[in-house]
Amino acid sequence: MIRAYPLSLALKPATDPLRSPVAFGVASIDARIGGGLMAAGLHEFYAASPEDGSAAAAFALMVAMRGGGGGPLIWVREDKGERAGGRLCAAGLAELGFDPDRLVQISAPDTLAVLRAAADSVKCGQVGAVVIEPWGKAPLLDLTASRRLSMAANVSGVLTLMLRVDAVPVPSAAQTRWEVASAPSEPLAANAPGFPAFDISLLRHRGGISGLDARLEWNRDDRKFALLSGGASADAAVGADQARKAA
Amino acid sequence: MLPSERIRLGKRPDGPFALVAKVRSAMRIMAVDGAARALGLTAGLTLADARARVPELLVFDDDPAADAAMLGWLADACDRYTPMVAIDAPQGLVLDLTGCTFSPLQPLLEGVAGRPSPRDALKQMGAVSPATGVAPFLATGALFGNKGPPPAPPRRRGGGQGKEGFSADIQNRLTRLGLTAHLARATTPDAALALARYGGDDVRALPVGALRVDPEIHLALRRAGLRRIGDVAALPPAPLAARFGADVPVLLDRLLGREDVRITPRRAPPEIETEARFAEPVARTADVLATIAALVDEAAVQLSERGVGGRAFAVALFRSDGHVARLSIETGQPTRDAKLLDRLFRERIDALADPLDPGFGYDLIRLAVMVVEPLAPEQLRLDGGKVAAAEMAALIDRLGVRLGRGRVRRFVPVDTHIPEQGALALPVADARPSGGWPAPEPGEPPLRPIHLFDPPHRIEVMAEVPDGPPRRFKWRRTMHEVARHEGPERIAAEWWRRADGAGLTRDYYRVEDVRGRRFWLFRHGLYGAEKAHPDWYLHGLFA
Repeated sequence: MIRAYPLSLALKPATDPLRSPVAFGVASIDARIGGGLMAAGLHEFYAASPEDGSAAAAFALMVAMRGGGGGPLIWVREDKGERAGGRLCAAGLAELGFDPDRLVQISAPDTLAVLRAAADSVKCGQVGAVVIEPWGKAPLLDLTASRRLSMAANVSGVLTLMLRVDAVPVPSAAQTRWEVASAPSEPLAANAPGFPAFDISLLRHRGGISGLDARLEWNRDDRKFALLSGGASADAAVGADQARKAA
Repeated sequence: MLPSERIRLGKRPDGPFALVAKVRSAMRIMAVDGAARALGLTAGLTLADARARVPELLVFDDDPAADAAMLGWLADACDRYTPMVAIDAPQGLVLDLTGCTFSPLQPLLEGVAGRPSPRDALKQMGAVSPATGVAPFLATGALFGNKGPPPAPPRRRGGGQGKEGFSADIQNRLTRLGLTAHLARATTPDAALALARYGGDDVRALPVGALRVDPEIHLALRRAGLRRIGDVAALPPAPLAARFGADVPVLLDRLLGREDVRITPRRAPPEIETEARFAEPVARTADVLATIAALVDEAAVQLSERGVGGRAFAVALFRSDGHVARLSIETGQPTRDAKLLDRLFRERIDALADPLDPGFGYDLIRLAVMVVEPLAPEQLRLDGGKVAAAEMAALIDRLGVRLGRGRVRRFVPVDTHIPEQGALALPVADARPSGGWPAPEPGEPPLRPIHLFDPPHRIEVMAEVPDGPPRRFKWRRTMHEVARHEGPERIAAEWWRRADGAGLTRDYYRVEDVRGRRFWLFRHGLYGAEKAHPDWYLHGLFA
C-alpha cells in the first residue's frame, strides 16, 4: 500500500501506532504511567549513588529490551565512564537476556562527542534504541541539549534512554525521570544472591503524576519485570488503585 | 648535502658547521655544509682534528632518522608528479614518469581526463624504449649526495611540456626550499640514480662505482683495469660473471637498460584517481571542500562506469611549499554515493585535532579511491526498506569517521573461559554479527556481571577461613558487608597456552552486600597450593 502524505503531515512527529508504549509488564505501574513509557521519547535514569551505576545501566538496558523492537541498540559511553564504571561485558549482557549482536558500542572522548554521536544516532530511524551515558555532571547536557534529543526522538520514533551516573538531576525535556538503586535480591538456595532487583522511583513525569516507588525484579526468561514484596511496592499498588479510581 | 641542509633550514646557523656522531668512542664528522667543505673538512674526520683546523666550527648531532623523515616528506611532495615514487636510501628518490604528462597548470578537473591511470601507465611502460628518446625514470637521486664529482648543472629549459618540465619544476621547487638536488633522467631506475650521483649524460662514461657492487668486487674491477662502465660493458657477460660474480652482468644490464626493472612505489597505486590543479593556490577551507565535492562527483562517475564502489578514499592536499596533508575515510560498505562521501570528508575535516593549515594555499588536490569492491546498481524499493538499511550503515560510517573507527564497536565472541577475554570489541566494519553467544540457563540468576573491570581492582578482603568465602571487603575506600554469596566458581588459568604451564587459578564468588549491591570477586591463586597468601580482586558489577 502506498501512502501519500502531504509534506506537512510527513514532517510531523511519527506517532506510529505500531510503536506501543514500553510497558514494564507490571500492571500496577503501567497503569500509573499511562500504559508504559512513550516509545518515541527521551527518558532519564539516574543512579541513586555512583555505586548504583551498574543497576541503572542494567535497568536502562532492560527498558530498551522491553521496547526498541528488534533493531540495533546503540550505547554511547564516555571514556571517563568506561574507566570508572567498568566496560560492558558481553556475557553479562547475554545473562540479562540481551543479544550482544544487537549492540553497537560507541566510546566518545568527552561529553560533547557523546551528545553529537547520540544526536546522530537518535535521528536514524533504523535504530531500535539509544542509551546515552555521559558521566558525571556533564554541564553541556542542559535543557537545550535534552530538548534537541527529545524532539529528534519524537520525530524518528527511537526509544532514547539517558543514563546518568554520579550526577544530580537538572531540568530537562525528558518524558520521564527515574531514580534507580540496586535492592537486596530474593535469596536463592543456600543464601545465594538472586535475580537482579531494583528500587525505582519516578521523580518526574511530563504530563503525568510523579511520585511512584517500587521494588522490581527482572525476569530474564520472560524479559519482564515483576514486583518484589518489601521496599515501597505497596505504595505503588495503592497509587495504582487511586489512579484507577480517578479514571 | 641533505643532512646539512636540513640543519640549515631548521636552525639557521651562521658559519661553517658539521654533523657529528660517536663512532667507536671517537666523535667523527658525518656530514659538513658547503662552507665547511670549502675549508677542507670532510666526512670521516674526527671532531678534534676538525676543531684544530677550523676553531669556529659549529657542531650538531647527526640524526639519520630526521634525514629519513625529511626524505619521506620530499617523496610525499613528489607524489604530485606520479604515484610511482620510491626512496633510494639514504638520499635518493626515484620517480617513474611513464605515461605521466607534465601539466603544471591545468584547469580544474581537466587533468582527470588527460592523465592515464597508473595501471595504463604500467602497460605503457614496456612500450617506451630508449630509441624514442623518452626517459621514463627521473631520479632526484643520490643527488643530495655528498660524494662523487660535482654533477652536471641542473637542466633549466623552462617549464615546457614533456619530461623536461618535470625536472625543471622539481628543481625550481627544491631550490625555493633551499635544497640542492641533482636530477637525472634515464630509461631505468638504476641508470637514473647513477647519472644523478655521478653526473654526465652517458651511462657508459660513468666510473665502475656506478654499478653499486660490493667494495671487494669494485676493487677487483679496478685492479683489472676496468675504470668506466663502457669498459665493463664491452666484455662478454659469461667470463664477467665467472670472474666477478653473477651480480655484475645483471647490474650492468639494469644500468644499460637491457633489463626492464620496476621500482616499488612507497604507496600502492590507487584504483581510481581524480585531481584538480590550481594556477592560484586555494587557501579557504570552503574552496577546498567544494573541490573535494567536485572530485568526489568525478570519482563516483568512474566508479559507476566500472560497476564498483569504494571502501577507502584518501584526499591529498599538496601545499605549494611541498607539504602534503592527507585525509582518509573508510566506509563499511562499498559506496559511490557522492553526497555521502562528501559528508564523510566534511566530518573528517571537522574531526581533525589540528585544523587544516593551508599556508600559502594548495595548488593540487587529489582524490584517490584506494580500495574498491563490486557494487551492482540497486533498485530502490517503493516502501524504502533498502534505504533504511543504508541509513544505519551511513550512521556507522559517519560516527567512525568522526570518532575513529576503533570507537564504534561490536562484540565478537571468543572461545575462551577467561572472563575478560570472552568477547572482543571490534570495529563494526570488521565484525559481522556472529550469533555465537551462549544462551543463559533458564531459571538461573545472571552468572556474569554487566560491567567488567579490566584490569580487576585489587581489594582487601576479610574471610573466616583463608580459602573460604569473603565476609566483608573494602573497595574504593568503602567497606562492604557481604550478606549473601555463592561460589566458588573455579576458573583455571590457560596453562596450555603458556610455555611454562604456569598461571594462577581464580576462585570467583558472586556476593551481595547488605545494601543490595552485587559484585563479582575472585581470589587469585589456590590457598596453600599455588600461593601462600592469595590476593583478592573485584572483577565486575552485577545489576
